[in-house]
Amino acid sequence: AKTRNSFSTKINDLVAKYREVDEEFFEELEEVLISADVGVHAVMELIEELEMEVKRRNIKDTKEVREVISEKLVELYYGEDDEEEVEGLHEEEGDLTVYLFVGVNGVGKTTSIGKLAYQLKQEGKKVLLAAGDTFRAGAIEQLDAWGKRVGVDVIKHNAGSDPAAVVYDGIQAAKSRKADVLICDTAGRLQNKVNLMNELSKVKKVISREIPEAPHEVLLTLDATTGQNAMSQAKTFSEATDVTGIVLTKLDGTAKGGIILAIRRELEIPVKLVGLGEGVNDLETFDAHAFVYGLFADMIDDYEEETEKG
Amino acid sequence: MAFEGLSDRLQETIQKIKGKGKVTEQDVKEMSREVRLALLEADVNFKVVKDFVKRIRERAIGQEVMESLTPGQQVIKVVKEELTELMGGDESKIAVAKKPPTVIMMVGLQGAGKTTTTGKLANLLRKSYNRKPLLAAADVYRPAAIDQLETIGKQLDFPVHSQGTEADPVDIAKQAVEQAKEDHQDYVIIDTAGRLHIDGELMGELGRVKEAVNPDEIFLVVDAMTGQDAVNVAESFDEQLDISGVLLTKLDGDTRGGAALSIKAVTGKPIKFVGMGEKLDELEVFHPERMASRILGMGDMLTLIEKA
Ligand SMILES: Nc1nc2c(ncn2[C@@H]2O[C@H](COP(=O)(O)OP(=O)(O)OP(=O)(O)O)[C@@H](O)[C@H]2O)c(=O)[nH]1
Ligand SMILES: Nc1nc2c(ncn2[C@@H]2O[C@H](COP(=O)(O)OP(=O)(O)OP(=O)(O)O)[C@@H](O)[C@H]2O)c(=O)[nH]1
Ligand SMILES: [Mg+2]
Ligand SMILES: [Mg+2]
Repeated sequence: AKTRNSFSTKINDLVAKYREVDEEFFEELEEVLISADVGVHAVMELIEELEMEVKRRNIKDTKEVREVISEKLVELYYGEDDEEEVEGLHEEEGDLTVYLFVGVNGVGKTTSIGKLAYQLKQEGKKVLLAAGDTFRAGAIEQLDAWGKRVGVDVIKHNAGSDPAAVVYDGIQAAKSRKADVLICDTAGRLQNKVNLMNELSKVKKVISREIPEAPHEVLLTLDATTGQNAMSQAKTFSEATDVTGIVLTKLDGTAKGGIILAIRRELEIPVKLVGLGEGVNDLETFDAHAFVYGLFADMIDDYEEETEKG
Repeated sequence: MAFEGLSDRLQETIQKIKGKGKVTEQDVKEMSREVRLALLEADVNFKVVKDFVKRIRERAIGQEVMESLTPGQQVIKVVKEELTELMGGDESKIAVAKKPPTVIMMVGLQGAGKTTTTGKLANLLRKSYNRKPLLAAADVYRPAAIDQLETIGKQLDFPVHSQGTEADPVDIAKQAVEQAKEDHQDYVIIDTAGRLHIDGELMGELGRVKEAVNPDEIFLVVDAMTGQDAVNVAESFDEQLDISGVLLTKLDGDTRGGAALSIKAVTGKPIKFVGMGEKLDELEVFHPERMASRILGMGDMLTLIEKA
């Protein structure tokens, strides 16, 4: 709970810096959250809860109001449960670990795989990639280029071949070469394409058939620039492949990716990694505190500018 | 509950005011609240929503209720008309340079669909206008970006100009235009690397490409699933490059596509074509009215009015 306290302090500072907690404050809070793609329902619920709590406790003192607000904001991601461990990737000690990347088109699956492979290799692991996107033009070459860049082998078939077969070969190769981690790329697909989603389920089944506990993570890659549709992506991909975690990419832009708060609340899927650029090093573990704080960064900046101007 | 269409949202409000002779201020207030929610759920930017709802309100208050329509239907009608108008008339034309080749530059965020749409656009130019396009591989950053464009070129049988990954994109663009002149290709479509609108260096590169080849069209390629950030991206690309139009991709998904409205509202630039799939013939003309219905989450106007 130590981290939560330090986070609360931060949020307290934020609210303290801010002017009075009045209607204008709530309005601005609403705008900040909506413009971060948190989602209009979640935001209105939160604001309502806040206003009620303030009223119920008959809080007049602004300091106390601040406390209520920071409590609620922390709960936005974690819910009311007290567990707050950083959720890393599951690893199979001393045995082959398999990760499967899934998601819609162009979100950053292949790039994130390249970065993750680099990270794992730096940790001294033997990594292998499987080029399961046999559909998109240049997809195999792209993964291959990443493999070369970070120095790991890529198992691939020809363009147009069966993705399940590539992944199957990947597993056999990983076993015989005694690799620690196999990461499987898949073609991007929109979640409303039933055939393509079935194909993905099949890929996953092939993995589980070979290694019952695998895949050890099914990572849904979400683009932070995406709006409310990300919820539908999370639901449908979960139904098809039992997603275990989210990789939130492109957070180096101006989009905030606030929809992951709603996804966490509704579907209980945690974010495990975030993408912060196109380089090998631009992949980090998710820090919920930094994330929630980041949602309000603009609110502070605006205010600080205002006060500076006088 | 989430993502119900505007007509569903308005049902209750409509029941209350059915049969009234005039749309009152209170009716409009209640209904514009629902309009606001519907638009926000569709990912329309909140600032754009604010202005839009204000305009609707001004237009709807005090209107006589038409005989054939209930007040609710009438508000929906106003909303849809405004939305359709805002989204622009049929503008799905592509420039033709006085002296060939016509140069088109594709720009946008990472993964938006530029390279794929470059192929689709070339395909459309040949099919519908009998043109001969050359594709230029000016993305020297993304791993295998050139392979991707070359594969697409091969699939469609178009020439692709590339100079590897060491060359300067400005030079690649220039030489592609020269190549097209020599070979009597009448269009050059330049595929550029995806970049963030806040990346000063890479945005500057696009500015230099623009200066070097003086393109007839600069198309901003935007993913239809984009959320609130669409306005920042579009505004920024437009400010720095003065784009000529927008191509909306991945509209074959189930997103409402409110980004379309946001972009149109902040840039005023027309949305010209929409991507309806990964295949290279899945590029369609943009229909403002269909887009309006989609954003509002309703079928066509008739079924809606029957329901109301
Ligand atoms: N700025 C930024 N760009 C990223 C990030 N992650 C990926 N990209 C870029 O986004 C684009 C798409 O990335 P890919 O890895 O090809 O995405 P994908 O999901 O594999 O795409 P498909 O296989 O076509 O569905 C590329 O230009 C990447 O360099 C990120 O964290 N930040
Ligand atoms: N379903 C669908 N997928 C599309 C559409 N347009 C592009 N895509 C897919 O989106 C992904 C990204 O497309 P690209 O053409 O590589 O995007 P890009 O903008 O060139 O990406 P970068 O060069 O990395 O910035 C690919 O998987 C495409 O197949 C579309 O209209 N519908
Ligand atoms: Mg990929
Ligand atoms: Mg590209």
